[in-house]
Amino acid sequence: MCLGIPGQILEITDGEQKLAIVDVGGVRRGVNIACIVDEDHPVESCLGDWVLVHVGFALNRIDPEEAQITLDMLEEMAALQATLADPPFGPIPAQG
Amino acid sequence: MTDPTVTLAHGNGGRAMQDLITGVLVNQFQPQGPTVLEDQARLPLAELLTLGDRLAFTTDSFVVDPIFFPGSDIGALAVNGTVNDLAVSGAIPCYLTCALILEEGLPMDTLRRVVESMARAAQQAGVTIVTGDTKVVPRGGADKLFINTAGIGVMRSGVTPAATQLQPGDVVLVNGPIGNHGAAILVARGELALETDLQSDCQPLHGLVEAIVAVCPEVRAMRDATRGGLATVLNEFADSAQVGIRLLEEQLPVEAAVEGLCELLGLDPLYLANEGKVVVVVPPDRAAAVLAAMRSHPLGTHSQIIGEVTQGSGVYLKTGFGTERIIDRLVDDQLPRIC
Amino acid sequence: MKYVQEFRDPQKAQGLLAAIRALGDQLTAERPGPIKVMEVCGGHTHAIFKYGLEALLPPTVELVHGPGCPVCIMPRGRLDDAIALTQYPSVILTTFGDVMRVPGSRQSLLQAKAAGADIRLVYSPLDALEIAAAHPDRQVVFFAIGFETTAPSTALTVLQAERQGIENFSLFCNHVLVVPALEALLSHPNLQLDGFIGPGHVSVVIGARPYQVIAERYHKPVTISGFEPLDILQSLGMVLRQLAEGRCQVENQYTRLVQATGNPVALAAMARVFVVRDQFEWRGLGDIPASGLRMHPAYARFDAEAKFTLPHGQVADHRACACGEILQGVKKPWDCKVFGTACTPEHPLGACMVSSEGACAAYYKYGHGRPHPAPPPRRLAQV
Ligand code: SF4
Repeated sequence: MCLGIPGQILEITDGEQKLAIVDVGGVRRGVNIACIVDEDHPVESCLGDWVLVHVGFALNRIDPEEAQITLDMLEEMAALQATLADPPFGPIPAQG
Repeated sequence: MTDPTVTLAHGNGGRAMQDLITGVLVNQFQPQGPTVLEDQARLPLAELLTLGDRLAFTTDSFVVDPIFFPGSDIGALAVNGTVNDLAVSGAIPCYLTCALILEEGLPMDTLRRVVESMARAAQQAGVTIVTGDTKVVPRGGADKLFINTAGIGVMRSGVTPAATQLQPGDVVLVNGPIGNHGAAILVARGELALETDLQSDCQPLHGLVEAIVAVCPEVRAMRDATRGGLATVLNEFADSAQVGIRLLEEQLPVEAAVEGLCELLGLDPLYLANEGKVVVVVPPDRAAAVLAAMRSHPLGTHSQIIGEVTQGSGVYLKTGFGTERIIDRLVDDQLPRIC
Repeated sequence: MKYVQEFRDPQKAQGLLAAIRALGDQLTAERPGPIKVMEVCGGHTHAIFKYGLEALLPPTVELVHGPGCPVCIMPRGRLDDAIALTQYPSVILTTFGDVMRVPGSRQSLLQAKAAGADIRLVYSPLDALEIAAAHPDRQVVFFAIGFETTAPSTALTVLQAERQGIENFSLFCNHVLVVPALEALLSHPNLQLDGFIGPGHVSVVIGARPYQVIAERYHKPVTISGFEPLDILQSLGMVLRQLAEGRCQVENQYTRLVQATGNPVALAAMARVFVVRDQFEWRGLGDIPASGLRMHPAYARFDAEAKFTLPHGQVADHRACACGEILQGVKKPWDCKVFGTACTPEHPLGACMVSSEGACAAYYKYGHGRPHPAPPPRRLAQV
């Protein structure tokens, strides 16, 4: 369900209506960015953001640091290649 | 020819139609000889006999919407489509027909543009458009214009590609990235409000085929992967020869923007149409030579070996993870999806 | 593509798979049968089949493909209602490509379109709104489907219609909610599931918290997962790890996009435009309390169900269909008597065969996801 794909905000086309152009692998499409705008992140600062695109809406910003942490973890495991003593899945409780 | 639009009179056999034929069609297509305006083309056999030993004969209709799209248009498509159907049999394309079905009200300039494009494409493909027909239907009876082309080519002696000849171990090649035409059309329709720099790959394949058969006259099979894409051609191949085909996902050439479009809309590039891509199957010991020949032709610089023929049945794709999945025939046209 | 390709690297799968193998062995040492983990979301099902991930798993670990495809679970009666809408001469029905082929009791939307109904495919509800703006003389209805991922988009579109004063736009609202459906599954006595891979994109909107009930009340571990193959394998490992350590928590593998509290703008838009239905019918699962959304009374003028009279018929599923049990992990598609014979993607009898994300359709299409697939059963059936 819910095809979502990372894209990058190329241009803000209408600040008031919160509309922007997003680029997904060379495909450009107008999207609504209301969901990624708040007081700490006004419309103008969305330029260059990597976002999740779903049915013409930028649903959320992709957190580059968290992405890197996940990748590092995958990298580690690839290197680890099955030292079975300690299965490498650290708990990441999502409480909050 | 001063009428700004096509009217029913242009199809009624009278003066207006005559003007259209001579002023727009004959003028552009330039068939030669004193019998040009007869009801049929008269083709000298002797010339054809110098090229090969059998005729290849095919027909195709073109109803693409929109009629102009990035990289090409319905006119060039109508020529290249038929040229390619001839070429992939190993034939040298020679003559084409052109039948037009025009919607009343079609701007004459649009028709001219299409016909000019056909003439250019024919010249590029080394074929002559020798006869044709024009009908006009009332507004709404057709969408702008439809084109049918039939074509005759001469098959080179000793070259007989056919899907039934595939054998386990044979190698499958394609002459470049797949899905560009289908993707470009989808974007050009405008309904999805997308923008790309993608262009249709519409091009005549006769030259590339010539390069292939020059190094490998024993080529097992060739087919241009149009509607239904690569997956459809490979399934046809596998069914005809009662063999399996294994594709290697990592070898499949797909351009970034086609991939992006597919990710965004949930489509599979294997099923997107092409208009200038030929799937070639050759014996394993000829694969390297054919790949080299294809890559040294301008329409094949990005050629790839994409898979092999196996025992068994059906088309499989080997993923980067070493697993396999079935590449089935298309049930219906792919529709953009959200989930 | 950034944030995609990195998570598809087969080289990095080996360590994950070794860990999954080790955990699977450990967990099944003292119990019969494999560990069964459900990926709730059809997007995960799609990726699992696309990359053939099942073939990489040890026999001790089994994936059960969940109900997470809003197209598959759409009851036929709702489709009949949508088709009924197109019978109003003023109506232009707009919708996503996904539902075009889903059979109603007599017709699909595609067939209705071929018969002359004005049905238009859009990529975004915003495109439907644009059609409404361009055709002030027509009534443009958007056939809204989708989970919490999609609901904010239609809610924001309605809010935009309100702002722009576009009154000839309305929603035929069929949004459904994930957690109530999971609860319905979990309360079933036959259930044979050990844990869940949670839907990543739904969670982008609702956050990680709403799954707490699954961990606390039903004592099943949940890991919210991204959609690339490495995401899914890592999440599966995290579920197994929880089981091995005797934990039942909601964990988040998809930290690059999912926060604990979800997306506040999206949630606020949903809360403004929608209210929860008392119950909603899920094809294959039946009526589930509080599992669907309808328009808030304050937005009745954008509600197609209020604007137009609809038949609201109920159409029962086919008797032979085993979708319910497949979703509970009790059966596999090939256990169904009509799988691949009477029931195919061209002529689906049940929910799981309807969209390519349904378990039956995925097995049918991708040949069981086994490393060297046997010819699909339908070929035998055709001979
Ligand atoms: S094969 Fe068809 S009828 Fe059988 S369970 Fe699957 S969807 Fe239902």
